[in-house]
Amino acid sequence: MNRIEQKLQENKKILSIYFSAGYPNLNDTVQIIQDLEKNGIDMIEIGLPFSDPLADGPTIQASSTTALHNGMTTQILFDQLKDIRKTVSIPLVIMGYFNPMLQYGVEKFCQKCAEIGIDGLIIPDLPVAIYADEYKATFDKYGLINVFLITPQTSDERIRFIDSVSSGFIYMVSSASVTGSSAGFGSTQEDYFKHIADLNLKNPQIVGFGINNAETFNQATQYAKGAIIGSAFITHLKENGSGKIADFVKAIR
Amino acid sequence: MSYNVDEKGYYGQFGGAYIPEMLYPNVEELRQQYLKITAEPEFKAEFDQLLKDYVGRPSPLYFAKRLSEKYNTKIYLKREDLNHTGAHKINNTIGQILVAKKLGKKRIIAETGAGQHGVATATVCALMGLECIVYMGEIDIARQAPNVARMKMLGATVRAALSGSRTLKDATNEAIRDWINNPVDTHYIIGSAIGPHPYPDMVTRFQSVISEEIKWQLKEKEGRENPDYVIACIGGGSNAAGTYYHFLHEPEVGIIAVEAAGKGVNSGHSAATSKLGKVGIIHGCKTLLMQTPDGQITEPYSISAGLDYPGVGPMHAHLAESGRAEFFSVTDDEAMNAGLELCKLEGIIPAIESSHALAVLNDKKFKPEDVVVICLSGRGDKDLNTYIDYFKF
Repeated sequence: MNRIEQKLQENKKILSIYFSAGYPNLNDTVQIIQDLEKNGIDMIEIGLPFSDPLADGPTIQASSTTALHNGMTTQILFDQLKDIRKTVSIPLVIMGYFNPMLQYGVEKFCQKCAEIGIDGLIIPDLPVAIYADEYKATFDKYGLINVFLITPQTSDERIRFIDSVSSGFIYMVSSASVTGSSAGFGSTQEDYFKHIADLNLKNPQIVGFGINNAETFNQATQYAKGAIIGSAFITHLKENGSGKIADFVKAIR
Repeated sequence: MSYNVDEKGYYGQFGGAYIPEMLYPNVEELRQQYLKITAEPEFKAEFDQLLKDYVGRPSPLYFAKRLSEKYNTKIYLKREDLNHTGAHKINNTIGQILVAKKLGKKRIIAETGAGQHGVATATVCALMGLECIVYMGEIDIARQAPNVARMKMLGATVRAALSGSRTLKDATNEAIRDWINNPVDTHYIIGSAIGPHPYPDMVTRFQSVISEEIKWQLKEKEGRENPDYVIACIGGGSNAAGTYYHFLHEPEVGIIAVEAAGKGVNSGHSAATSKLGKVGIIHGCKTLLMQTPDGQITEPYSISAGLDYPGVGPMHAHLAESGRAEFFSVTDDEAMNAGLELCKLEGIIPAIESSHALAVLNDKKFKPEDVVVICLSGRGDKDLNTYIDYFKF
C-alpha cells in the first residue's frame, strides 16, 4: 500500500505542510523535511518551483522565485532527495506545475519519483481528462498517486467523476482564491465543507488554500480528513529561518 | 491536413486546455457556449453592426503603388491600422464583450503588454457599461504611459503586475489569478490567439473578418479571391490568425509569418519563438515556447511590445511544425527601417509590430506578377517615442 493511503487510515486529522524546495536556501530542502517529520507533521508537499505559478498567490510566487534564483532545478531536487527515505518515513508528495515535468520527461520524472520514494504528485495545471488520456498509465506503472483538486465551483457531478478516478485523497480548495489568502473561513466555507462531507466520497478530502493557523485548521478538519498549510509556513520560514519549525507546528495543534 | 482546431481543442499536437481546476467551470462554460452564441443571428447582427459603424469596417485593402514599385511585385496593405483604437485588437474585444454579455458576466478582466489590447478592452467595456480591470506589467506601465492614460480615461482600472519580469507574461498570470479569485461574475478577454481552448479558436474566428474581407476586396481589385501570399507579424498571433484564416486550406496561397528576432535570433535578446522555442505549456495551452532546459519560461525581447511574448498561439505552432507557413524572423533594426520606409513611400506610419511584417520584403523575393497581401495590424502613433529614440528625430 502506498504511504499516503496508509497514513490516511490512521485515526487522526492529517496536518500536511507545503514548502518550496530550495527555499529559503538551496540546500535547506532535506533539513526542512526532516524537521517537519520530527515535529509530528503527517505529510509533506514538496514544491517544485516554477517561473509562472498561475494558481499561487504572492507568498508562494516569491518563494518559488527565490528558489529558482538559488539555482533549484528538477534534477537538483531529485539529487537532494536521493537518500530521503533513509531518514524520513511520512508520505512525500511533489507539487508542481506541469511544464518542468514535461521537459524532464514525464516517464523519467515518474521513474525518479519512484526510485526516491515519492508517493504522489499534485499538478494543478494538468487537468483530469488529459491525465487520464495521456499519463495515467505511466503514473500507475510507477505506483504514484496523482491528486486532483476540487473547488467550491466544482459541480457535484464533476466531484463524483473526480472521486471515481482519484486515489489517495482529494485536494479540496477552500475558497475561490489563489493560495495565501488570509481572510479566514466564514459560513460559506463551512457550508461547503459540510456539503462535501455529505457527498460521502470514496476518497478522503484534505483542505488547502487559506489554512494559516489553529483556528482555520480546526475549521477545515471539522469535516475533512486533514488540511494543508503552505503560504503561512513559508512566511514563517521567511521570518524565522528554518530553525524554528517546532514553534510553527505547536501553534497549529 | 486540417489547420483548424479539432474537437478536443488541438491543432495537431498543440493547444488543449491545461488549466487548474479552479478555472474549469469558466473555461468549460465558454467551450460549450462560444459556437452556439456566435452562431445566433442576433449575435451576428450586433457584431457586424458594431464592426461597421463603431470600428469602421471594412478596413481598406490598399494597393501600395510605390512600395510595389520598389520591390517589383504587387503589394496590398490590409489597413487594420485604420480601425477605431488603431489596431486589429478591437475586432476580438467586440466579439468577446458580446459573448460575455450573453453569459451574464458583469466584470471584465484583460492583460495587456503595450496597452493596445487593454485600450481595446477598456473601449468595449465603456461601450457596454461593464466594469473593466486591465493587468499590465509594472515595467510596461512605465514605458507605455499614453496607453495607460487612455485606459483610465475610458474608465478602466489598470493594475500593475508586480511578479516575475513585470511584463506581458506576468500581466497574463495576474489576469488568470484574478479569474481564479472571481470565478462567477467575471469574463477574461484574452487578447491574442493563445490561452486554453476555446480561446485560440474564438479569438481567431473574431479576427477572421480580416481574411474574409481580403477575399472579396481582392476579387474586386484583381479579379480573384486568393492572393499568392499573405504576410503577418506574430507575437501571440491574433492578427496573423485572422489574416490567414480563410486561406489556410487554399494551397495556392503562401502563408508567411514574421516573428521578432530582437537583437538577433541567437543574441539572447529575441522573441523568435518558432526558432528558439520548444514544446511546452504556457498560459493554459501546449505550444512552442521559449524556456530553459528545466522548463522555466524565459523572458523574450523585442523592441515591439506587442511581439514581446515567449510563446506563440497553438495554431501557429502547428503551421510552423507542419510547414504550412513559412516563418521569418526580423531584427529590431530591420523592422524599424521597414517602418520608416513605409512612412516615406506611402505616407503611413505603421506600428512597430506591423513593421516586422513589412521587413520581410527584404528577405523574400516575390515575382512581379505576385499578389502579396500584408496585414498592417496597427498604426504607429503609440510607437512615436520608440521611433524618435531610435532615429533621433
